[in-house]
Amino acid sequence: MSDSTPIRVDRSPTLFLERLFGDVALQSVAIIVVVLALTALGALLYDVFSDGWSRLSWQFLTSFPSRRPAEAGIYPALVGTLYLVGLTTILAMPIGVAAAIYLEEYGKGNRLARIIEINIANLAGVPSIIYGLLGLGLFVRTLGFGRSVMAGAGTMALLVLPIVILSTREALRTVPKSMREGSYALGATKWQTIWHQVLPSAMPGVFTGLILSLSRAIGETAPLITIGALTYVPFAPDGIWSPFTVLPIQIFNWLSRPQAAFAENAAAGIIVLLAMLLAMNSVAIILRDRYQRNRA
Amino acid sequence: MNNRQRRVVEFGIERMLFLCAATSVLVTGGIIAVLLFETIAFLREVSIVEFLTGTEWTPLFSEKHFGVLPLVAGTALVSAIAMVVALPAGLLAAIYLSEYAPGRLRRIVKPLLEVLAGVPTVVYGYFALLFVTPLLQQLIPTLSGFNALGPGIVMGIMILPLVSSLSEDALHSVPNGLREGAFALGATRMQATLRVVVPAAFSGISASFILAVSRAIGETMIVAVAAGQQPRLTANPLVPIETMTAYIVQVSLGDTPAGTLEYRTIFAVGMLLFVMTFVLNLISNRLRRRFREEYA
Repeated sequence: MSDSTPIRVDRSPTLFLERLFGDVALQSVAIIVVVLALTALGALLYDVFSDGWSRLSWQFLTSFPSRRPAEAGIYPALVGTLYLVGLTTILAMPIGVAAAIYLEEYGKGNRLARIIEINIANLAGVPSIIYGLLGLGLFVRTLGFGRSVMAGAGTMALLVLPIVILSTREALRTVPKSMREGSYALGATKWQTIWHQVLPSAMPGVFTGLILSLSRAIGETAPLITIGALTYVPFAPDGIWSPFTVLPIQIFNWLSRPQAAFAENAAAGIIVLLAMLLAMNSVAIILRDRYQRNRA
Repeated sequence: MNNRQRRVVEFGIERMLFLCAATSVLVTGGIIAVLLFETIAFLREVSIVEFLTGTEWTPLFSEKHFGVLPLVAGTALVSAIAMVVALPAGLLAAIYLSEYAPGRLRRIVKPLLEVLAGVPTVVYGYFALLFVTPLLQQLIPTLSGFNALGPGIVMGIMILPLVSSLSEDALHSVPNGLREGAFALGATRMQATLRVVVPAAFSGISASFILAVSRAIGETMIVAVAAGQQPRLTANPLVPIETMTAYIVQVSLGDTPAGTLEYRTIFAVGMLLFVMTFVLNLISNRLRRRFREEYA
């Protein structure tokens, strides 16, 4: 050992600097990026609230749209949004949950189920406006629903279906295998096990996923414009075959007018929309927390 | 119930669940059928060569041209700007969250970033039109009120959480042994991250990048509100343009009767959009699956 020449290390000055400052530099840049992104979120909220807060009033929530911005309100859009979300839930939830149960509990190792899975993953990435074109061709024209709440809810149900299926499967996956095996050991059939054991214990998770999918539906605008939801509706929908508008479309309509007063209305509408989303997400988070505590 | 009846019920339920799961395939079939039906009718009147290579898009004027390239250029321009914002920032945020941030900070910052992804797109349109563009106009006086730059930046902010959360998942699933190996060889955290962890997560990160591109070209409301309605073949981000999605919205807002050539243009444009996003999603899914296999 003693006669071997010592290993010489070339000291590269850039490597030295990299070792000295690299960590600090990378970390600082990354922190700056995160802070900038959160600042953008703050700026967005500040901008909306400073423009729209003063327009917000009971009168704004209960009035019909008007050519005079100060008198205009969002009543038909609000009712339309509730109709749309309710009907979308009724259409999407049973099919979505049933599909998830099939794929998670029955379809394991089944070739057909594998194809359906890949198909759902691809559907989740289709732009929402394409669903609008589907709704226009299928519901509005072929099935003759016209530009009704039903056509809108059908379109939205197809749009959220992949999300409902994916989140329900997540929820089913968290149910421990031992629970199923215990049920089988007592002589229950597969469906009895699913209906009496697996589903009840997965329910909070299923609802969390459902609420999050529906909050996606509340904010969607493009597919409803495509199927021809009206941009100016001076009446509230009175049934599922009635023409309708929703909050995001009312906001879009006000945004496309040049007067600044309508932009204020748009901002006030956005505050209402964000409040609805916040409420829904809070419910989802509370459900999930309670669920996790029960599990622990 | 005797055993026989029970078996019949079980079988019936399984069939029904399967049918629900199979609906999702019908949705895909429906999208393709509707788009194909109208696109073929469109291509009977306009040659596919003119559609795909023409440089003028004026289907709503008296002198009609049906070259889709200006819309494609508008989409590419806005998406490119969005990617310049979202890809580096998203990756840096992911690196910070996965490799540097202390656990508690991570649990606060991550949900906050995800709020950005939950904001409805029409709200981002408002932000682009009435906040970001006026702000940019103070820096660039020649910037037009409708332009590609403002919406592009805002779209980048919107897509950032998608990139950061998927890239973080990818970084997170790189086995700790690789990091420890790098540390044992004397690497700093930054050297371990940039030379070992990020290359190891490369296919997962590129999957998130490709998904981001697909999301950008399908995004509708931001550009419909803030980018303008002037299809033009340009790379200048300061002037009004029109994207493929914004064109579909523009026609849907008007009262174009079904069956006319103008009406069919939105399905032809939609078909092109569908094919583009579908191919990107397919590549992204493939990459993600390969990544998962590497570290399963």
